[in-house]
Amino acid sequence: MSTTVLLAVTGLGLGALYFLVAAGLSLIFGLMDVLNFAHGALLSVGAYATWWAAGGHLPGAGSGGFGFVLAVCFGTAVGTVAAVVLELALIRPLYDRPREQVLATVGVGLAVPALLSAIWGPDARPFPGPAALSGTFGLLGARIPVNRLVLIGAAAVVLVALRLFLGGTRHGLVVRAGVEDRAMVTALGIDVRRAFTLVFAIGGAAAALGGALGGLYYGSVDPGQGTSLLIFAFVVVVIGGTFGAGGSGAATGSVAGAALAAVVVGLVQQFANYYTASGLGDLAVVVLLAVLLLLKPGGVTGRLA
Amino acid sequence: MAPVLRLRGLGWSVGGATIVDEVSLDVREGEFLAFIGPNGAGKTSLFNLISGLVPATRGSIALDGADVTAESVPARARRGLGRTFQTSSLWPAMTVADHVRLAAQAASGGSYRIWRRASAFAERVGPVLERTGLAHRAGVPSADLSHGEKRKLELAVLLVGEPRLMLLDEPMAGVSAEEVPALTGLIRSLHRDEGRTVLMVEHHMDVLLGLADRLAVMHHGTLLALDTPQAVTADPVVQQAYLGEAL
Repeated sequence: MSTTVLLAVTGLGLGALYFLVAAGLSLIFGLMDVLNFAHGALLSVGAYATWWAAGGHLPGAGSGGFGFVLAVCFGTAVGTVAAVVLELALIRPLYDRPREQVLATVGVGLAVPALLSAIWGPDARPFPGPAALSGTFGLLGARIPVNRLVLIGAAAVVLVALRLFLGGTRHGLVVRAGVEDRAMVTALGIDVRRAFTLVFAIGGAAAALGGALGGLYYGSVDPGQGTSLLIFAFVVVVIGGTFGAGGSGAATGSVAGAALAAVVVGLVQQFANYYTASGLGDLAVVVLLAVLLLLKPGGVTGRLA
Repeated sequence: MAPVLRLRGLGWSVGGATIVDEVSLDVREGEFLAFIGPNGAGKTSLFNLISGLVPATRGSIALDGADVTAESVPARARRGLGRTFQTSSLWPAMTVADHVRLAAQAASGGSYRIWRRASAFAERVGPVLERTGLAHRAGVPSADLSHGEKRKLELAVLLVGEPRLMLLDEPMAGVSAEEVPALTGLIRSLHRDEGRTVLMVEHHMDVLLGLADRLAVMHHGTLLALDTPQAVTADPVVQQAYLGEAL
């Protein structure tokens, strides 16, 4: 029982991490038809910026209490700025050339880890965090690491904030309409490119927050973290699309679908890794993806999520 | 006073094929001008050129005397030009009210405060929904509307921007016979009671004869005739090219 609880909470924590990356990924794809292979790099930027700040390099920031909160905010802000710069400098000039656009994001996805590795080395660096978050607590007989709850809580806050943004603000309305039919939003006389930048900023912020809190989860940062998480985030986006959580609109549905898929992927991975052999969990996720695609192929071709 | 719309030698070619050829015309304030012609005559393409959806390859477009040939769709929309499309162009999962709200936002432009609530535009949404007879359907996703209601919603989306010049591309397409009179009545009222200038593509001659001040007949991308409905229907050239088979 205690093992099941531990696996479930850890799976949810992992799912939360996936969701933070996948939410932006699916919104960016839904609105702009851009497969952003640089999204993992945004996570890494957030992770390293948080690590750098929490290591005492940013005045006021540190590894404990308010200092750590400040470090996480700093990391998220740096990731957000990086996402906006990426959109303005690289994605925007290539709107009419989707193939080059994909190649450019792949390039950034490779260059950023290489750059991080060049500056701070290829090895994992221990991630400083507050003592309160490195402990465990008891739940139904299991000892659960506190950082899992931090991740789950953060993902829940991001999910609620995204839904409020999409459902209740004027920019959210533009994004929702743009996900359904972008050309028509332009025809109305709305400059949809502002929404592009905004969605990139939101996606970058969520991914960078994922990076900052992922450091807690893994206990370390390394240059390749973002890339490996990105693969599973893509799986989450595609699976979320097959769920087709419709009814409330394509954008809201894609965010909800990504959240649900992230939970499923995280849980399947954790349980399969524990009860079969280590590594089979990753395989199980891919098998799950394949089965869902075979049963419901429209999930990808219609809308990725 | 400059005409609301002035086209001079307007043309559009794609890959060597000329779709719209040398169209020149003036539309005066408050006029209702209907475009007729066989399929492929270039009517919708002409609307695309006027609204800015495709760039003109020849000639010029002026709104209120200002040359807008090189202006974008949003820029022309800000000058008071609005259009609907031949095929229903709505966001299926979004509600009727959401559509009008978004259009209200687009029309208000300017201040972009991220967290400003979308409901801030409610005061503009209600009257437009009343005007188009959709108030009781405000919370319904557009996918669940009848064809006639969808056409009304497109008009509502257009109206909230208070366009002075409205381009309606086959507003009756797909609408059931019993819904046509209400829709025709609405369009007539937008023109007569509110004084809006209307350009409309329509195949139903019976609808047009009660609405249009002038008829423009398009044929192979050119403007074959432009005159009062009586004069156009009596024109032997027009009869031979189009009306003979259509009427």
